[in-house]
Amino acid sequence: MHDLIEYIQSYLSSNLTPGGAGNWFWATVYVLAVFVGLSVAVIAMNWLERKILAHMQVRLGPMRVGPHGLLQPIADALKLLLKEDIIPEGADKVVFWIAPFIVVLAAFTVFVVVPFGPTHAITDMNIGILFMLGVSSLSVLGIVTAGWASNSHYPLIGALRSSAQMVSYEVAMGLAVVSAILMTSLHGIGFYGAGDAAAGASGTLSMIGIVQAQQEQQMWFIFKFFPLGLVAFFIFAVAMVAETNRAPFDLPEAESELTAGFHTEYSGFRWSLFFLAEYSAMIAVSSIAVTLWLGGWLRPFPNALQGPTWDLVFSLFPGATFVFLGLMTFYNVARMPKHPLFKIQTIGLAGFGALLGAIGLVLLIPQVRVRVNDIFWFSAKVAGFMYLYIWYRGTFPRYRFDQLMKVGWKVLLPVGLGLLILTAGLGMRTEIWEAVVRR
Amino acid sequence: MNPPVATPFFFYLLSATVIIGGVLVITRKNAVHCAMALITALLAQSGLYLMLYAPFVAGVQIILYAGGIMVLFLFVIMLISIERTMKERQFNKQWLVGIAAAAALGVLFIGVYTKGRNLFPNGRMQFADAQNTQAVGQLLYGQYMFAFEIASLLLLVAIIGAVVMAKKRI
Repeated sequence: MHDLIEYIQSYLSSNLTPGGAGNWFWATVYVLAVFVGLSVAVIAMNWLERKILAHMQVRLGPMRVGPHGLLQPIADALKLLLKEDIIPEGADKVVFWIAPFIVVLAAFTVFVVVPFGPTHAITDMNIGILFMLGVSSLSVLGIVTAGWASNSHYPLIGALRSSAQMVSYEVAMGLAVVSAILMTSLHGIGFYGAGDAAAGASGTLSMIGIVQAQQEQQMWFIFKFFPLGLVAFFIFAVAMVAETNRAPFDLPEAESELTAGFHTEYSGFRWSLFFLAEYSAMIAVSSIAVTLWLGGWLRPFPNALQGPTWDLVFSLFPGATFVFLGLMTFYNVARMPKHPLFKIQTIGLAGFGALLGAIGLVLLIPQVRVRVNDIFWFSAKVAGFMYLYIWYRGTFPRYRFDQLMKVGWKVLLPVGLGLLILTAGLGMRTEIWEAVVRR
Repeated sequence: MNPPVATPFFFYLLSATVIIGGVLVITRKNAVHCAMALITALLAQSGLYLMLYAPFVAGVQIILYAGGIMVLFLFVIMLISIERTMKERQFNKQWLVGIAAAAALGVLFIGVYTKGRNLFPNGRMQFADAQNTQAVGQLLYGQYMFAFEIASLLLLVAIIGAVVMAKKRI
């Protein structure tokens, strides 16, 4: 027992990822932690999306199951698991069976390289971002085969739309990503490392390396070569919504035209796998955007608000956020109807608030605070993107398919190409300038 | 020191997957099943690249072949009527030529394997683990710049050709 505690403590001082250290035990723990965290995030997203969307449309949203519908996702999950699992008569059984697993595998595997912090990633790969883009592009195979295997018209049309859409937007997405990767090679040490030959002048594809490059250059890439970084970020932000088949680009599953698009024929557990994959894919692409342009785990304003005081203030943020959420919950407990029928719900809500407050207090402990700060900032940025997704869905009407293609090929692609050339040119200029100055 | 990941077990597993996938591609009658077998083979192949410590090539293999080209394949195949392809004969009558070609290839393989061992380099190229992609990039844009640019020019010609052929009025 004592050894175990010591072992865990020895980890706290490690500065490697479990994959980098080749440590099986911690790698397993991390994989499980990421998996559980993701599942909880998907459940929370399910509730939040329905609630936020409802409030945007001046409705209440789920209110019946649990206080403020808090238990609704759990009730939904139970319902889905108990539902009859239907495979259509004319369906291609094997492909129909495999398709949801392809989607889920692709959506979850990418989290192997997502850097929640300098040491908080399952592993760090030399080809990190390439791996993420590649594996997440595999999910379209699952969608296409699901649509085809259903042997039905709506799913097939949905699958066709999905494959065309994904292939088109992947190009623009790739160009935006490349322009951000170009920025990682600018160390400010001169052309081809002329300023400091030992450092070399190559960039990196590793997710952790990309964030460290932003740290080194003391600038998030969204602000680099203003407005080039911002434009690249914008292209990515549009393309990632299209990649995840979300509104306003949700043509593959447009309810009003295709009932449910590629997963029309799926029911019960298999359908819930598609649901799970869609939300975890949203989290995955958001974390790419956060890593590449928004400084990953770095806290906001590292330059303007420096010093130990500000470090302390920002390190109190995670705990304070949870305590604040807990207090808000208690405010709502006080506002619950006083009727005896709502007694259990009120107690439940108070318990939830107490749980949030307790998490907040644990996060305020100095030792914990230091370790979770990076995870908190990363998750907070990703959560911002998740809110944006819901906001888009509440705001924009769906695009027509020809409009979608026009935006992809005639706007995003040329802009992305121009952006790449401009970024490369500006990068060369600054590096040559540095080299000249240092001579 | 950790045990190496690239053990013979994984090599045989991945190779078997590639071979089985390849055989399935030509023996299955349903075109979508063929495409899925091909995807499996391509993914296993990228695993083989990883075993050769070539992560960049493996990543590009997944993005381009499994994620890009195969999606376009499926896009076209899905529109083909399955009923008709199921009735079509899978093999044509040129099996004599086929066997001759296969035998010649087999003899070539065996010949190279037994006689030509010194044709192969003794070891693989050594890159630092964290510098693999960077090394590939420096080779492509340094030593092999000319060949690389010619290849990209060739692809550009192919793209323009495809657009010209597909579009009646430009």
